[in-house]
Amino acid sequence: MGAHGPATTGLMRWVTTTNHKDIGTMYLWFSFAMFIMGGAFAMIIRAELFQPGLQIVEPEFFNQMTTMHGLVMVFGAIMPSFVGLANWLIPMMIGAPDMALPRMNNLSFWILPPTFLLLASTLFMEGGAPNFGWTFYAPLSTTYAPDTVTFFIFGVHLMGLSSIMGSINIIATVVNLRAPGMTYMKMPMFVWTWLITAFLLVAVMPVLAGAVTMMLMDVHFGTSFFSAAGGGDPVLFQHIFWFFGHPEVYIIILPAFGVVSQIIPTFARKPLFGYDSMVYATASIAFLSFIVWAHHMYTVGMPIAGELFFMYATMLIAVPTGVKVFNWITTMWQGAMTFETPMLFCIGFVFLFTVGGFTGVMLSLAPVDFQYHDSYFVVAHFHYVMVAGAVFSMSAAVYYWLPKWCGRMYNENMGKAHFWISFIGFNLTFFPQHFLGLAGMPRRIPDYALQFTDFNTMSSIGAFIYGASQILFLFNVVRTITSGEKTSEEKTWEGAEGLEWTVATPAPYHTFSTPPEVK
Amino acid sequence: MHLRAKRLYKLALSPVLLLLSFLSTGAWAEEAQRWQMNMSPGVTEVGAEIYGLHMIVFWICVVIGIVTFGAMFYSVFAHRKSKGVKPATFHESTAIEIAWTVVPFIILIVMAFPATTTLLKVYDFEDSDLDILVTGYQWKWKYEYIDEAGDNVVFFSNLRTGKTEIYNEDDKGEHYLLEVDEPLVLPVNKKVRFLVTANDVIHAWWVPALAVKKDAIPGFINEAWSRPLETGVYRGQCAELCGRDHGYMPIVVNVVEEDEYNAWLADKKSKAAEIKALMDKQFTLDEQMAAGKPVYDQYCAACHGLNGEGGVGKAIAGSPIATGEMAKHLDVSINGVPGSAMQAFGAQLNDVDMAAVVTYQRNAFGNNMGDIVQPIDVYNFKQGQ
Ligand code: HEM
Ligand SMILES: [Cu+2]
Repeated sequence: MGAHGPATTGLMRWVTTTNHKDIGTMYLWFSFAMFIMGGAFAMIIRAELFQPGLQIVEPEFFNQMTTMHGLVMVFGAIMPSFVGLANWLIPMMIGAPDMALPRMNNLSFWILPPTFLLLASTLFMEGGAPNFGWTFYAPLSTTYAPDTVTFFIFGVHLMGLSSIMGSINIIATVVNLRAPGMTYMKMPMFVWTWLITAFLLVAVMPVLAGAVTMMLMDVHFGTSFFSAAGGGDPVLFQHIFWFFGHPEVYIIILPAFGVVSQIIPTFARKPLFGYDSMVYATASIAFLSFIVWAHHMYTVGMPIAGELFFMYATMLIAVPTGVKVFNWITTMWQGAMTFETPMLFCIGFVFLFTVGGFTGVMLSLAPVDFQYHDSYFVVAHFHYVMVAGAVFSMSAAVYYWLPKWCGRMYNENMGKAHFWISFIGFNLTFFPQHFLGLAGMPRRIPDYALQFTDFNTMSSIGAFIYGASQILFLFNVVRTITSGEKTSEEKTWEGAEGLEWTVATPAPYHTFSTPPEVK
Repeated sequence: MHLRAKRLYKLALSPVLLLLSFLSTGAWAEEAQRWQMNMSPGVTEVGAEIYGLHMIVFWICVVIGIVTFGAMFYSVFAHRKSKGVKPATFHESTAIEIAWTVVPFIILIVMAFPATTTLLKVYDFEDSDLDILVTGYQWKWKYEYIDEAGDNVVFFSNLRTGKTEIYNEDDKGEHYLLEVDEPLVLPVNKKVRFLVTANDVIHAWWVPALAVKKDAIPGFINEAWSRPLETGVYRGQCAELCGRDHGYMPIVVNVVEEDEYNAWLADKKSKAAEIKALMDKQFTLDEQMAAGKPVYDQYCAACHGLNGEGGVGKAIAGSPIATGEMAKHLDVSINGVPGSAMQAFGAQLNDVDMAAVVTYQRNAFGNNMGDIVQPIDVYNFKQGQ
């Protein structure tokens, strides 16, 4: 292998590597493992909710499951998966030899596995895992929490540290290592969305760190930041949490926007419509995400002026989001489309994410949100954006770039089957949850009244279908890597554009030792 | 297993069943409830307005959806390579891009008007006919009817569904999980203001039909209001994750005619007065034992066992507390043991019942302490804290 392969082999290669492709690969596999773990928790939840009454788990454990499911999916599955994608693709897309800070890159990955091992191990500790929801509202998470809350706080600190390091690395790479001639307004959309995401991350992860530090003080050092009895304020916790938490949901979705903006033009064989307005829309969404946090808190008893401000600001987000959706559709318009698996997932994304966007607009209206809030309507809404948004776009990305990464082609029929089964399973799971919420079923309950039975059963069946479809995905990917048909052409896809398609297939261990010229 | 199979079968047939039930009006109401897909307008003016807003926005979304998805699916079907289409090359159009920034913006402004006026109504807490303090506890609600003369009526409202139903050992009743031992009672057509707070963690008081959902936050008092226009029984649940039994914290509101309400309130008050009168009475041991047993069975037995043998909680028989100093026994019963399953019963039980049950614990199950706790002892203990 010599100069073109890793310096060491075996396990140490992965432990000590500073190569962006190795690190990207590790992130991707780690996040997939977390997706399966978080998915297993979801299956336990759905199995319990298959019918009314308690049959599989106790309420206490049910609460641990919802908490761990949310935490693992957000911080373990989605965020690291996009960081992995960024590691693989950003250097290849901007013509850089590697990430700007490769040693830090290694560290920011290796923080994650022990952190999640620690979090998962709380399930076996006395008192059980964290049981206060991934939003961990005080005082439930401070005064009334199991002892493992301390590990939870430590874990959140570590995850935050890893994310901040990852983001600084991305910012440094994009700002400094672009190939000559690649101005900002020539960068691929995926690079743009990640640059903006990285700034969001650097801005809000310290806020989350602040929140958990205050919790730590309340739990162990006798302060009362969040305890009214000691002069503190439980609502303060929510303001701080959502000042982090709302941008966080855009941290999850913006890179997904980037992925879709790369893939749709390829299969429409037509350039992305409205590149400039895509960039501005992304930036506006990021800006607006900082001033809408309290729309998660319409029912805490804010003064009406605050309520109105947050309502209007939230409604505004629909405008740039709409621009993005219209641009994608216009990109397809009068194209010459083909429907390989990545494109199927992208069309699925546009369709389902937009449905999630519609319920988002509905939720933004404060007086109506009084009825939707904390009901299953919200659960349906955020899975339409997070699963059909982030997870669908991630699947699209893997199918799209895998041939470039490993020089082998996945099985198209299996890929299509994965799409259709997960599309059907997903809708069967989450569409009826809109009805449940509107009919009055609260979220995070282990058991429910009889009139909610049928839609819950449907939802559980859908969830098992969706879960099973991921095994097909795993099988297809492993089969591709080990024995897929070799792709020799540089371009796997007829319509693909961008520097990453100019490198050899499979992508060599070190790309771009001399920077390419961009005209 | 049999039940499940039957349900699955029903599920498969659901569209047919739904259609059939449209035709046969009898089963319609029940079947409709099972398949309720939309918000209900409820029984208040504000609720109807919220429902209207919800429907307006829903239809706007449907129309936008038809247009955008229509365009998308049209190009999916018409503009495909397999049909030999040559791809166009356009990739921007300032006019179009401005148009689809401005048009949604205008639609949003159109939605903002009704949203704002409805919100203002939701926030109009003035001129209430009746004020009720709602306090969330882990995991029950306390209701306090505020009386200007200081003669407040207070009671707790607990889940009534039994464990055997929850664990599938018995058939589930019609109002499984949505039934309580004592519902909130409201007069019809009166503006009721709810003052909402909590004792431990954050809960949320949600009754869809009354169009009220408000967080109950310890240390804060939130306001909400409703004017139910129709009599009936309305059900809801706690809507904020509040710990283990979050799913078992129902709310039942009984809206009745005004004279019925007045009679109910008078009855509550006279019962409270009776208890007050008993405060000065000295009970005999036999009387206290007889009065204490039902209280024990209702509130203590679930954890401490019907025969004081223990369970989730420690055994009462031979317990160092039940056979030790009375003040400590009162302290544990009234204030609970923080961090354990032993709740503070001081607010839930009146002083008469508390005196009886403590006496019972000290003398039943072979404890035979021989001492009698009088209501005034409980009262004095509380005062002395
Ligand atoms: C088959 C896939 C999935 C199923 C069946 C599923 C199911 C559920 C269920 C039943 C809940 C509990 C809702 C409640 O009672 O509040 C939940 C919560 C949640 N899910 Fe999923 N989920 C799936 C995938 C995902 C994915 C991929 C993500 C990540 C983006 C995700 C993120 C969340 C979050 C953040 C929560 C909130 C947790 C909380 O309430 O603290 N889910 N999910
Ligand atoms: Cu509660």
